[in-house]
Amino acid sequence: MATELNIGFVPLVDCAALVVAKHLGFADAEGLSFTLHKQPSWSALRDGVALGSLDAAHMLSPLPVAMSLGLGGLPSRVDALMVMSVNGDVIGVSNEIARKMRADGWPASFRDPRGTGEHLIRATDRRLRIGVPFPFSMHAELVFHWLSALGLKTPGELDVRTVPPPHMADAIAADEIDAFCVGEPWGSIAVEQGVGELILPCSAIWSFSPEKVLGARHDWVEENQDTVRGLMRAIFGACKWLGSEENRLVASELLSRGDYVNVPATVIDRALSGRLVTRKRALGQTTERFLTFHASAATFPWRSQAAWIASNIAARIGLDRSEAMRVAKSCFRSDLYRENLDGLGLDMPGASEKIEGALTHPTAVASSKGSIILGPDAFFDGTIFDPSDSA
Amino acid sequence: MTGRLKILVVEPDESRARMIIDGLAETGDPEITVLGSSTGLARRMAEIEPDVVLIAMSDPSRDTLEALSVASGFNERPVAMFVDRSDDSTTRAAIEAGVSAYVVDGLAKDRIRPVLDAAITRFNMFKKLRNELAAAKVALAERKTIERAKGLLMTAKGISEDEAYAMLRKTAMDQGRKVSEVAEALVTASDLLR
Repeated sequence: MATELNIGFVPLVDCAALVVAKHLGFADAEGLSFTLHKQPSWSALRDGVALGSLDAAHMLSPLPVAMSLGLGGLPSRVDALMVMSVNGDVIGVSNEIARKMRADGWPASFRDPRGTGEHLIRATDRRLRIGVPFPFSMHAELVFHWLSALGLKTPGELDVRTVPPPHMADAIAADEIDAFCVGEPWGSIAVEQGVGELILPCSAIWSFSPEKVLGARHDWVEENQDTVRGLMRAIFGACKWLGSEENRLVASELLSRGDYVNVPATVIDRALSGRLVTRKRALGQTTERFLTFHASAATFPWRSQAAWIASNIAARIGLDRSEAMRVAKSCFRSDLYRENLDGLGLDMPGASEKIEGALTHPTAVASSKGSIILGPDAFFDGTIFDPSDSA
Repeated sequence: MTGRLKILVVEPDESRARMIIDGLAETGDPEITVLGSSTGLARRMAEIEPDVVLIAMSDPSRDTLEALSVASGFNERPVAMFVDRSDDSTTRAAIEAGVSAYVVDGLAKDRIRPVLDAAITRFNMFKKLRNELAAAKVALAERKTIERAKGLLMTAKGISEDEAYAMLRKTAMDQGRKVSEVAEALVTASDLLR
């Protein structure tokens, strides 16, 4: 008898591991049966996890951190069992802002965080209105990091609006926002609808940002250790499968179904292939590592990633930084990752924390089998984040 | 904070909005504004300055309200989802009914509870009505199918209406199925054979 699990997700390309695990046998192999529940908002997903109607969920990586820190409605202790996807967000602007940026000499380069950011800041003389999916999201963190590194005082000089991902195109069409940072396919949908233009992949801001995690209530994790083990192994298997180029088309077909992302497979494939069409009727542009499910130990929940998130949230809303970092590190369960994925033949990193931003190119580091290739994980502005530094 | 409570109801469904207003009116004399569309919610919030916002759990613009609750630097009136940890059953009842309340900082708990209770009651009422409506539609469709099946039997076998119904019922009992299912099967089969 398979163990039934209720798992929440928001319709985005990066929920892929859940869909693949359910339909392609990875859950079955662990004696699990997934019921996937599409959520109308990140708040609804959070409530479902906090109150137990969802056992686990596809979560924005800062969400377990924020919930564990007691922020937002229905806070509760939530663990990030593993990372489900690395990178995959994109910045876009309204046609009007794109026009102003061009008039100002923007060469429409898709891989120049500094130049494009400077043009974006200059494109409006009032506060730039930028949509992000949730206050606690990698989107918000990356936008703040990017624009503050270019001299904008964040959050004060920005008007950050929260817009659920599927509504981002509508918000830009209704002139409620000038720009957005969103997960795919919703940036591409804005392009398809002719209401916006993509200007930067977020991987150009931070080349290895943990985007979504597999989250579950801490108490549930402790009480259901065998189920958690199966769940993590199923998701790991699905991520590994997604990491193979030959599986891309099947994945985009699966995700395009009405129960899941419900947009054409060809649009979903843009994110999976890293070939984004930045402007209606333009040719695709290839971005290396646009969205990663498996390579470079993508699924490993680095405690230093949690610390980076907590450090930023703490600074922005005035919490004690070292305490926030301590709580955050404890919710990224690299201990469970090592324990539960042991025996799958994967190479475990030697450490559970790393200096974030130190790798400008792929680098071999110590691992259980000798060495593992990590990175790059650099920030565009050369930021180096030391998770042990609590000063 | 005293005086009339300002309540903003975000609800695109007109009949549900009306039910909620009726329910809220019984809690005293609140000033109620209904927003049929959640576009520009943050802007409307700033204009109306509500004490309480009632919104369906399933409304995607709840995330906008969440943002207002964390923003300390750039919003004047912080709001938070109303969760009473000393009374988890109310929170649970609200979630089961499908309603959430966002409340401005500093509003007393005893002023929120009646509002939330009224909203929960109305949301549940609406859900019940909708379920009843759906059940009535199903029953009507089933009755039509049974009528057609009876007609088919009467023509094919030259029997009376009562006999036709008795035959349907006996078959249903023998097969452990519902009369409407047997009728449905008969109607489908006869359509195929036509």
